[in-house]
This record gives sequence, C-alpha cells and structure tokens, in this order.
Amino acid sequence: MGMTMTQKILAAAAGLPSVEAGQLIEAELDLVLGNDITSPVAIHEMDKFTKQGVFDKDKIALVMDHFIPNKDIKSAEHCKCVRQFAAKHDITNYFDVGQMGIEHALLPESGLTVAGDVIIGADSHTCTYGALGAFSTGVGSTDMAAGMATGKAWFKVPSAIRFHLTGKPSKWVSGKDVILHIIGMIGVDGALYRSMEFTGDGVANLSMDDRFTIANMAIEAGGKNGIFPVDDLAIAYMKEHSKREYKIFEADEDAVYDEEYTIDLSALKPTVAFPHLPENTKTVDEITEDVVIDQAVIGSCTNGRIDDLRCAAKILKGRKVKKGVRCIVIPATQKIYLQAMEEGLLKTFIEAGAVVSTPTCGPCLGGYMGILAEGERCISTTNRNFVGRMGHVKSEVYLASPAVAAASAVTGKISAPDELGL
Amino acid sequence: MKAYGKVFKYGDNVDTDVIIPARYLNSSDPGELASHCMEDIDREFIHKVQKGDIIVAEKNFGCGSSREHAPIAIKAAGVSCVIAETFARIFYRNAINIGLPIIECPAASKGIEQGDEVEVDFDSGIIYNRTKGTQFKGQAFPEFMQKIIEAEGLVNYINRK
Repeated sequence: MGMTMTQKILAAAAGLPSVEAGQLIEAELDLVLGNDITSPVAIHEMDKFTKQGVFDKDKIALVMDHFIPNKDIKSAEHCKCVRQFAAKHDITNYFDVGQMGIEHALLPESGLTVAGDVIIGADSHTCTYGALGAFSTGVGSTDMAAGMATGKAWFKVPSAIRFHLTGKPSKWVSGKDVILHIIGMIGVDGALYRSMEFTGDGVANLSMDDRFTIANMAIEAGGKNGIFPVDDLAIAYMKEHSKREYKIFEADEDAVYDEEYTIDLSALKPTVAFPHLPENTKTVDEITEDVVIDQAVIGSCTNGRIDDLRCAAKILKGRKVKKGVRCIVIPATQKIYLQAMEEGLLKTFIEAGAVVSTPTCGPCLGGYMGILAEGERCISTTNRNFVGRMGHVKSEVYLASPAVAAASAVTGKISAPDELGL
Repeated sequence: MKAYGKVFKYGDNVDTDVIIPARYLNSSDPGELASHCMEDIDREFIHKVQKGDIIVAEKNFGCGSSREHAPIAIKAAGVSCVIAETFARIFYRNAINIGLPIIECPAASKGIEQGDEVEVDFDSGIIYNRTKGTQFKGQAFPEFMQKIIEAEGLVNYINRK
C-alpha cells in the first residue's frame, strides 16, 4: 500500500522500509524546539533523567518569544532558567532578546528547518515547518525533555486528509483565507490525529509566507501536521536561508487518504473567524451587521512575516487608523523588522497611527502588549479566538488576514480592502 | 488502579486557554496553576473540586495550545481522571506523559451528567456511573502507552528502558 508524504518521512526517520497509519514508531529527531513558557517545565523534567545531558547541542532550539522582553518578574525567572540551561549545555541555537523572533518565523528564516526533517516543538504551532516539506508537530514539555535527552520521539503514524488546491487566489485573498476556509469547512477537530497534505497546481500560486500561514494553522483543525510538496519555490527558500541539506519526499501515487477535498483558490473570498472558535467562519461579504472593533493586531507566528507586513502597509499607506481603534503591528523577527524598516513599511504604519512592537507572541495568547478589556473586540491576524484568549473572558477576537485586519483598522469595523476602493 | 469521584461536566472543544489561561503561564508551579484551573469556563470549579473528582467532557477536549500546564493544573487540582468523547492529540500525549489518567469513551461522555458519582477501573476500562447505575467501556490504550502509564510518565519509562 502506498504511503503519504508524512508517512514516508516518518518511515525514513524510524529506519523502516514502510509504515502504515496507526503504527507506533520511534523516530530520530532533526530538531527539538522550546520557548520561554514550555522550556522551563521541560528543563525541570530533564533533571529526572538518569542519563544527564542533551543528545546534540546543535539540534535543540530554545527561543524566548512569548513573554519577552520580560513582562514581569515571573517571566524573567523563566527566561533566566532557560538561559542558564542553554549556557550549561552550550546550546548553539539559543535565541534571546536581540536575536530572537517568534519561533515559527525565526527557525525557517535561520535555516534550521528544511524538507525531510522530523521536528518536535513544545509549541502547538510547530506544524508550521510543513510548508517546507518537513514533518513537524507540536508536543508538550515532557516530550520536549525526552527529545532533548534522547534525540528520539514516539509517534503514532497518522492517516491523512488530502487538500487538492487549484487555481489562483484573487488579489486580497491570502494563505490565511485559505486555511480559515478549510477550518470552517472541516471544523476544529476535522483533522484530529491526522495529517493535512496539500497538493495540486494551486500550490504554485501560494507564496512561501502563504504556505507557512496555512501549515501553521493545521493544529487549529486538530491536525497532527500540515505538509506541502517541495517545489522550486520551497527549494529556492531553503537555498537562500539554509546551509543544511534537504531531502525531498513525495507521496506515493497509490497513497491512501481518509478524505480528499478539492479547493479552487480563485473562488475564495476574504474570510473571518468569529468568536470563539476558528471554525466559525464567514466571508466578509456575508457579514451583514457592522462589527465595530476596538483593536487590530497584525503579527504572530501565523501572520507576522514580510509578505503580511507589505500587504498591511499597502492598505494603510496614506490612510489613518480610525479614531478609537488601537492598531498594533508586530514584525515576527528582527530580520523582518529590519526589512520592514528598509522598505519604509514601519514609516507607513506609524504615520497611519499604528504602533510597531519588537517581535513577541504578546497579545496573541493574552500575554501582554495589547490585552483586551471586558466587552472589547479585536480583529487579529493571530490563530485562536477562544474565550479569554486575548484578555478578558468577555472580550472577543475575530481572526482574519493582514489585508482584512488593516482595512478594518481604517474603517473601524470588519471590512475587506475593496471597501476602501482597493 | 481505580478512581472514584463526583463529575464536573463540560461540552465540546474545551481548549487549553480556558483550562489554564495564558496570563498565568508565567508560573510553572503546579499548585499555583491548579488555583486557576478552568477559571475562564467555570469559576466555581476550583472552589468545589475535591480530591478524586472526575472531569467528563464531549469532543476534542484540550484543543489549542501545547501547554503541559493544562494537564498539570487539572492533576494538581486533584482530578483523578478525565473522560471525553475525544481528546486533542497534544493534550492526549501530555496527559499520558505526566501520568494524568484519561479515557476516550463517547458513550460515557453522553451518559454521565454534572454531579454524577462515577467509578473508573483503569485496568478493565470500565466506567461505572453509581448515580444512574449505568456502565460503559472505555477504549483501551495500546500496550506501549500502557507501559508509560504504568511507569507513571514518560521520564520514568525512558529511565527504565
């Protein structure tokens, strides 16, 4: 029986000629990731291993990104714990203030993730690297600790859902609209325990940043991983960013999928997920009432990359953020920040009346840098709109693309860019 | 191994943000995390929960973030078992890895209500609702996971290997 792309990567990492869905395997890891929230718990677990030390100091990435620069004493203590651990074990890829970025934007940009890799990260959005043709999945802190100690992890081989993409998205439709459409279609547990494999001619019409956004939110459909085929664009990205050798895996022609969907990208429209689940989607033209907003957030591991900032700047250029709306722009990494500065995007944001922050996960998870009060509403390019996600339990988060978030910041209510004549 | 307690019942998609809101993730102390457990979905939970009590939920329990703080908070609050129709996969792994007993059982999820007194036998997978006198059979764990559970978590399992 043929294997899916994910199954082929897992078979190779387990040293097996083939694997099938449901099989329990132990796979060799190419990278183990943790952040300032999950790593302290993992480091504490590391102390309990009889065999001390890490499996490979070059294959661990520790990224301080959720509550830093430290938002309070407790988060400072967490970062200190990770910093000391990184120093003690001479961890090569430790990223602190000054080098850090939001982990899932930073690692591909730093060349640490390439096609064919098997990656675990103690952060649910670790599935992002599937955009490059890697198997990557989120785990908890104990799995992270075991990964750091042994270089291995156990997996139940997943079955897959295939999303066959065709056509070209229209002007203001991006990767975010594609993945919100999919989650709206299959639900927040529609891909539970399974791979989401994206194929088809339409893939070529998605930028790498679009693909990162799509793979990033596979977890929002319950998926174990999201994965894209490795095409010329992905190869060019890896050659530009990484010195590591990549390995291309392709699904067998007779691979078996649990379900298959065909999605015509040209038919998609700007899409918003209403509170309090990412599956509560509507296209913007389906919204009949005015949804007045208090805040717009443009950033995160989902949408804080350069394409996202360029798109938002195109809309904000020469316009003003509506009085009474707080617009917060967060470039995902130092490199993206610098690039946005050189391209004049930061000037556009500031002149429009937005604020620009240093890279941080901050408001996405209700950490800091844009917490909502009772009854407040935010349009956000982030990935979750659960109850209390960005602040007060009675606040609301609407998920959308950078284009929709920027347009909404200007009009003060949820809007598509065409409402501005764009 | 057995569990016995009063049930706290929840619906679909109980996410890790309501199990333990991120505003408390600047701590990793189990007791402190437990003191905010379920706060954004059920303010009464932490005042009412007693050692041994059981959480029963519907689909996709623990969806969202990978924070192990979620099963840690539930365990430290004294909960002896979580029963759900399905679990989100990272929560499922985390619960096993830290030794919080969980059982997937759609029939029990439907047949158990808030406040019911329930008994769980982990060896047989039998869930007995004492209040209603009904019985359900939970899905058994694969042998490999049973070994992790028997070792009371992944770290001990690896140490014993």
